[in-house]
Amino acid sequence: MKAPPLSYVRAATLSEAFQLWRDAGPDARLLAGGQSLLATLAFRLSDPGTLVDIVRLHELRGISQVGGTTIRVGALATHAELGRHDLIRRHLPLIAEAVPLIAHAAVRNRGTIGGSLAFADPAAELPACCVALDAMIVARNAADERRIPAAQFFTGLYATALRPYELIAAVEFPIAKPGERTAVLELARRSGDYAMAGVAAKTRLAGATLIEPQLVFFGVGDRPVVAERAMATISGQQALPATIAAAQAALAADLDPPADRHGSGRTKRHFARVLLARALARLAGLDEARAA
Amino acid sequence: MNEIADPGSIDRPNSYIGKSVPRPNVKKLVEGRGQYVDDIVLPRMVHVALVRSSLAHARITGIDGADALDVPGVLAVFTGGDLAAHCAPWVGVLAHLKGMKSAPQRPLPIDRATWVGEALAAVVAETRAIAEDGAARVRVSYETLPAAVDMGTALEAGTAIIHPELGDNLCFERVNETGNVEQAFAAAHKVVEATFHTARHTGVTLEPRSILADYNRASGKLTVYHSTQAPHMMQGVFAKHLGLPEGDVRVICADVGGSYGIKVHVYPDEVAVAAIAKIMGRPVKFIADRLESFSSDIHARDHRIKGRMAVDANGRITAIDIDDLTGIGPYSVYPRTSAVEGNQVVSLVGGPYDFANYHAKTAVVFQNKTPTSQYRAVGHPIATAITEGLVDLAAEAVGLDPVEFRRRNLMADGTYPRTSAAGLKFEGLSHIASLDKLLAMMDYAALRSEQERLRGEGIHRGIGLAAFIELTNPSPFMYGIGGARISAQDGCTVRIDPDGSVVAATGVTEQGQGTEAIMRQIVAEGVGVPIEQVRVVTGDTLTTPYGGGTWACRGTGIGGEAALQSAIAVKGAVLAIAGAMLQAQPETLDLTNGEIVERGTGRARMPLAELARIVYFRGDTLPADLPRELIQTRHFITKQYPFAFTNGIQASYLELDVETGLVKLLKHWCVEDCGRVINPLLVDEQVRGGIVQGIGAALYEECPYSSDGQVLVGSMADYLVPMAAEMPDIEVGHVETPTRESLLGAKGAGEAGTAGAPAAIMNAINDALRPLRAKVLAQPFTPERILAALGKV
Repeated sequence: MKAPPLSYVRAATLSEAFQLWRDAGPDARLLAGGQSLLATLAFRLSDPGTLVDIVRLHELRGISQVGGTTIRVGALATHAELGRHDLIRRHLPLIAEAVPLIAHAAVRNRGTIGGSLAFADPAAELPACCVALDAMIVARNAADERRIPAAQFFTGLYATALRPYELIAAVEFPIAKPGERTAVLELARRSGDYAMAGVAAKTRLAGATLIEPQLVFFGVGDRPVVAERAMATISGQQALPATIAAAQAALAADLDPPADRHGSGRTKRHFARVLLARALARLAGLDEARAA
Repeated sequence: MNEIADPGSIDRPNSYIGKSVPRPNVKKLVEGRGQYVDDIVLPRMVHVALVRSSLAHARITGIDGADALDVPGVLAVFTGGDLAAHCAPWVGVLAHLKGMKSAPQRPLPIDRATWVGEALAAVVAETRAIAEDGAARVRVSYETLPAAVDMGTALEAGTAIIHPELGDNLCFERVNETGNVEQAFAAAHKVVEATFHTARHTGVTLEPRSILADYNRASGKLTVYHSTQAPHMMQGVFAKHLGLPEGDVRVICADVGGSYGIKVHVYPDEVAVAAIAKIMGRPVKFIADRLESFSSDIHARDHRIKGRMAVDANGRITAIDIDDLTGIGPYSVYPRTSAVEGNQVVSLVGGPYDFANYHAKTAVVFQNKTPTSQYRAVGHPIATAITEGLVDLAAEAVGLDPVEFRRRNLMADGTYPRTSAAGLKFEGLSHIASLDKLLAMMDYAALRSEQERLRGEGIHRGIGLAAFIELTNPSPFMYGIGGARISAQDGCTVRIDPDGSVVAATGVTEQGQGTEAIMRQIVAEGVGVPIEQVRVVTGDTLTTPYGGGTWACRGTGIGGEAALQSAIAVKGAVLAIAGAMLQAQPETLDLTNGEIVERGTGRARMPLAELARIVYFRGDTLPADLPRELIQTRHFITKQYPFAFTNGIQASYLELDVETGLVKLLKHWCVEDCGRVINPLLVDEQVRGGIVQGIGAALYEECPYSSDGQVLVGSMADYLVPMAAEMPDIEVGHVETPTRESLLGAKGAGEAGTAGAPAAIMNAINDALRPLRAKVLAQPFTPERILAALGKV
């Protein structure tokens, strides 16, 4: 199909972007890579009237270290940039590991982190990674800037805490602490597809003991799902078979996946249990031990 | 017969047959310089967007296009009633399929919608985008009717009868029986049985269905630029149903971006476009988008098959009995019908094997879903999955390795001609030679020991085999005897132009598979000129000999023989003229590499271009009574066998993740015998592409429906096609048993891959599952289905 009739305006500066957005009205959509939005337009699933193209706003670009504890990623950083940037590879290995799982190279070359988070697809990798890493979403409107913890940012299916005329300016990630381990795993029938289920995981290790583990699932709910009970089950424990089994059992209360084309909720919960065990094996270095 | 191009002649000048010669059109296509229907822009051209049914079965109580007409740029809205007077309805039945019935179908229905996605109204506008704006404003009022969705209940009392005038939802039924099946089962050493499901899916062409119809009121002629496999058939269809003399209709198909059988059918929306062009007197274009393709392109393979096999104590098959049920949508598709797939299943089951007692029944039922019809390898992948699934179960039941079981039961080489239990006539097949070659290529013994070793490490690998036969080179027994104007013969005209270059116009068509390359090889070798001097013309009913087009693997076997014979005829004409000019007996001369030479010594006597120059510009210097026809046409049709069957065998090696149900394909092998191989590269790529489509059926592709008849796939995100990253290396080998019906000796090769791949994958998955006492028989073999078989979900 052809997109519905729409206007297109391109902002040269951030302040102009807010002005153009106001002029176009609240239904207008920001174009920040377009890898999901343009498809919905082609299907006539959305009819925003106006697209405000923000892709050229240098204010929203750049990946940099802020102080000794934070990596700031401009909203317009593309997935491909994330994947190859030295700061990301060094300090945010979870993000670097997630990038190759995002769609295909052509999408990664145009799709942006801000676009992905604002679109809030529950099966996408980056929202779950942001939650697992305790990222802060830097939201801006014409006048102000505020920081929203990633765990509170995703409010439902394709829904976020952004207010009208507010955009994502950047994402701030705490730099990985010594001893911190992360893993992102997903199950997809074809490489590049949205996952049937996935998990972004993080922990610190004290010896073999898991400290403050984070397990954030994607593709199994209406937003990234933090597996609180499973996390509580393994926190302060070693990743022994009995502990892993208990955590898998705890997922029953953490997750209530809706059925989709890949299977029933029951099947998706099974996938989550398998991913949990594999993620813990990664975090605890069990697979490396086995390989050695 | 078959003396041409024996392998020993491979280095003779112009011996192109049997060589991997590059395709002449490939550079054009990869540089984006092809010409597809959507590339054609005509003056005063308008565009159509279609309003499609959102309900599976409903009475149409009104279609209001007033708001659409208010959209600037919208020119007209047509309903079924508007087109009825301009287009005669059709019924998709074939007389030789006894008892078959279907209902009259129109380009747009008049009062009833019968599947989700059926075109109900056409909006014509200055651009496609405007036409879509208009289509969004057309209001269709419906009165919902009960829908017949599930084929399993289509014939039950209480299910809505889609066409009450037909009495029930049964389109066609056939029983194919030989010997005494009941006795064989009663006497069997072992009996295995299983119920198989193949999933309703579709062929996803890179170029969607496309048509541009241009009716010229001044000349009374209709020109249709069409993405089709069968331009001459479509010429007849447009003429008949729009009330035009056949000679006033010209169908042109330039480049076609894939077809797979999808583009060999009459689609109501495309006929509507042609009718609108005639009514408006303007060029009208319709390009199906991907969204509407999933509900308006034909589907296929929606079968549930119960099967059983009887085996004696020596591991010999004694009987096969199958009961096939297939749902085909609300109408049988015109003119090939939707009964052929089921008919093929009851003919092809058990095809590679030597056994005596056979009983097969198919019931073809109507339902309120997208119509199904012929798609690449029609019926073959279904029949092969049933047969090879039962073979593996039987091998297990009698404690034989699957290879040994097949060796005992495959038809022995050197026992042809013969007739199969299902009544198929085989001229010459090579099952055992193919099996031996396959085992050597894959190193079967080593794979089995690797599999065994890895099982000890908790790694579950499977090896699956699938022998198959493939129907190619169809005679009029396929469609013509049933009354369809579908040509089984084909023709080729070869001419020599003044510069000595050669033009070949053929009735077979090119859809991206390399038909033109094959014809060029054959004509260059047949005439005796460098291949670069040959141009091939396809896809134009005004300029090519009447023919059937390209489908059912007939292009090379039928069209290729016509090309060879006309090339040889032209060469004969050249040598007769050369003899007169050189005062030599024509038999003492030859034409090679574009030169008239002395036969035997090869001494050059005259360039072909010089001969052509004299014929065309100085005919006065030739003897007055000398024939000088540097253009010859020959036609070819098979006469001895209804079909030229090919055979082959495939193997799949894969690894199964028993925790996730995900299948990783490690390697795939295929040995196939398509008779004379004209271009090994193109044959191998046909086999590989076919295997990939078969892998799609086995692992990914499905058009699922809700219980109320809503199709649940709408985009390439929902409908999973096989992608490169998941495909294994595919190794292809050949055995060559040429058909003796033609000089060329070629049979078809386009469907062999698709025929065998799903069965090979199924058997490999079940081989991996066997130690876990699980099996899967319903395609596609999704992670969820495999986990369910393992009792994990």
